[in-house]
Amino acid sequence: MRKTIAGLLAGASLMTIGAISAQAQELTILWAEWDPANYLQELVNEYQAETGVAVTVETVPWPDFQTKAFTEFNAQGSAYDLVVGDSQWLGAGSLNGHYVDLTEFINANNLAEVMAPATMQYYSEYPGGSGTYWSVPLEGDALGWTYRKDWFEDPAEMEAFKAKYGYDLGVPQDFKQLIDIAEFFHRPDENRYGAAIYSQNQGDAIVMGVENSVFAYGGSFGDYESFQVTGLLNSPESIEALEDYRKLFTFGPPGWGNSFFAEVNTAVAQGQVAMGMNFFAFFPALVNEATNPHAANMGFFANPPGPRGDDFAALGGQGISLVSYSQNQEEAMKFLEWFIKEETQERWAELGGYTAHGAILESEKFRTATPFNEAFFQTMFKVRDFWALPEYAELLTEAADAFYPYVVNGEGDAKTTLDTLATTWVDTLQAAGYPAQ
Amino acid sequence: MTSLITTLDPRSRAASRGWSDTTIRNVFVIPTVAFLIIFNVFPLLYSLGFSFTDFRASSKAQVNLVGFKNYVDVLADPVIWRTFTTTLWYVIVSVTGQFVVGFGLALLLNRPLPYKGLLTTLLMLPMMLSPVVVGLFWKLIYDPSWGILNHALGLGRVAWLSDANLALYAVAITDIWMWSPFVMLLSLAGLSAVPKHLYEAASIDRAGKLYTFFRITLPLVAPILLIAVIFRTMEAFKTFDIAFVMTGQPAAELISSRLYKMAFQQWQTGPSSALAYIILIMVLCITNIYVKYLNKAKER
Repeated sequence: MRKTIAGLLAGASLMTIGAISAQAQELTILWAEWDPANYLQELVNEYQAETGVAVTVETVPWPDFQTKAFTEFNAQGSAYDLVVGDSQWLGAGSLNGHYVDLTEFINANNLAEVMAPATMQYYSEYPGGSGTYWSVPLEGDALGWTYRKDWFEDPAEMEAFKAKYGYDLGVPQDFKQLIDIAEFFHRPDENRYGAAIYSQNQGDAIVMGVENSVFAYGGSFGDYESFQVTGLLNSPESIEALEDYRKLFTFGPPGWGNSFFAEVNTAVAQGQVAMGMNFFAFFPALVNEATNPHAANMGFFANPPGPRGDDFAALGGQGISLVSYSQNQEEAMKFLEWFIKEETQERWAELGGYTAHGAILESEKFRTATPFNEAFFQTMFKVRDFWALPEYAELLTEAADAFYPYVVNGEGDAKTTLDTLATTWVDTLQAAGYPAQ
Repeated sequence: MTSLITTLDPRSRAASRGWSDTTIRNVFVIPTVAFLIIFNVFPLLYSLGFSFTDFRASSKAQVNLVGFKNYVDVLADPVIWRTFTTTLWYVIVSVTGQFVVGFGLALLLNRPLPYKGLLTTLLMLPMMLSPVVVGLFWKLIYDPSWGILNHALGLGRVAWLSDANLALYAVAITDIWMWSPFVMLLSLAGLSAVPKHLYEAASIDRAGKLYTFFRITLPLVAPILLIAVIFRTMEAFKTFDIAFVMTGQPAAELISSRLYKMAFQQWQTGPSSALAYIILIMVLCITNIYVKYLNKAKER
């Protein structure tokens, strides 16, 4: 009997040891539920084939992504070894100790030079200009535009447009032209609308959309170094941008008050709109015949400059960070070393991921690989981002709460909206201890 | 714990297996009480503590006691008051609708009908669905471009969920659709318990249908209807999932959605705990009023 018990215990111990060693050969990456996460899973399957380390990309729907990630971080949970977090998370992730400092790794591999400058600045470095890095740029992304080439190239439409606006119908050269085109194609009687833009006030949807216009108009969401908000957020340029974003919204399909990336792609695929604003990561679905019957007629362009020639776009995308509470940090670092290799980055781009690798981005091969890569390339060198402070979520919610009534419901005016938001943001920042004014 | 120990019924299966009171206590009572304390009572008291601090779950900063500041701030916030007002109106519309539809259906089903059992089961289907699923498919039903509702009613392109004046009612209609069967079920139980001889006596006395309804049916069913209303009011006050997935319209933002934003998007743990307690107190007050009416109804 004793022998049997001893045998069982020995077997159990071996199984436990086996389980522990098996655990060390597994990595879990947390990301949002979207196509790039599927591409990443394909990529990491190749890592598994090479090294034997199983990597799982666990996904969470976008609206719950931030909540899920930070609930795990706050509980100091070790469920995830790596997280592909939003750029705005950098402050909260680094200052609250959730992310491992990757400065040494970044410098040793010269990533500040290798990756596109904007991606290092917004996905990795915190505080801005400090030279301290917390992630490796993984998925470059920004807001861009898609349009119906067949509508734009229709001779009758071109003639009518020229007669009405005095210049040729084509890819808009600035934001004012974009508004003209949206107005021109806005024909509710024909179930045809001008433009589909973001309007949802949950998450960062409407804020990203407004931000896109504000940056292009030469406005700003504040000085992220000096914390000056008043006079910048509510500058005449920002006010004009918000007014024009509202104007664009009125050229959208009916009931357009709760729309984000999925709704924009749906409106495009249903042939409802002439133009759609979306993150580049969602454009592959639009050139796929299986998901868009108008795939052959889709064209793409970068966010156009504003009326004074300012040429910027709102940044999306994420970097991959090592979670401080991971039990497999050594293995995760090995994975990052593999991920930054040029051949891995090339493969990442081939699979559909938006690499942030500067040389690959600039290569002819990448720029001609899809109908939208050229616009993506142009955009990634002119991006700007939202606040990345630990309090970013409060600022984001306050902005969404402020923009929505004006943009969607037409309540009040742009100046009052931005004046009020500036006061709210100053209060929030000051309450958090920043010298905001 | 001693007070929780009850004497076993000697005819029960446990007694026949020879389970002592102590075994029953150890196997069933203690785990249940421990579960409730760990997962209900402890978090409740813990969050009460948070409500008096500036704690943020996302931050490792030092936690400071702030007294009643969170409560004062929350009650001084016009957005919170707007969502309270919206929630109150939503509760009134939703519960009234559920009461009318549910009780109406129960009255219909209380008559002899072919396939009554099948009909009752089919009518109960909405409340068996997940609220998120219900919210998502009603979102499609309401869609101004291809939604079936506008098409069926010939309304053109009414933007139910984006229009500030309609969004709340659109959500309330969905809630009514989903939860009227619950009121119907309880009402049916109440209606079937009304003694038949009372109707026979009323019929002999040539009482009219309305008179019979208001003098016999309604008073006898009232206690169970009030129970349905209590449950539905509490639930409607806490509505989150349906409204959250259906619309982002501030005019339809309910207090639970605001609480979610504060607690899990902005990580304002202290103020959100205070708001949660304010909501709890409000729900308790409203329930208390109903319970008083319920007791009065029972006394009659």
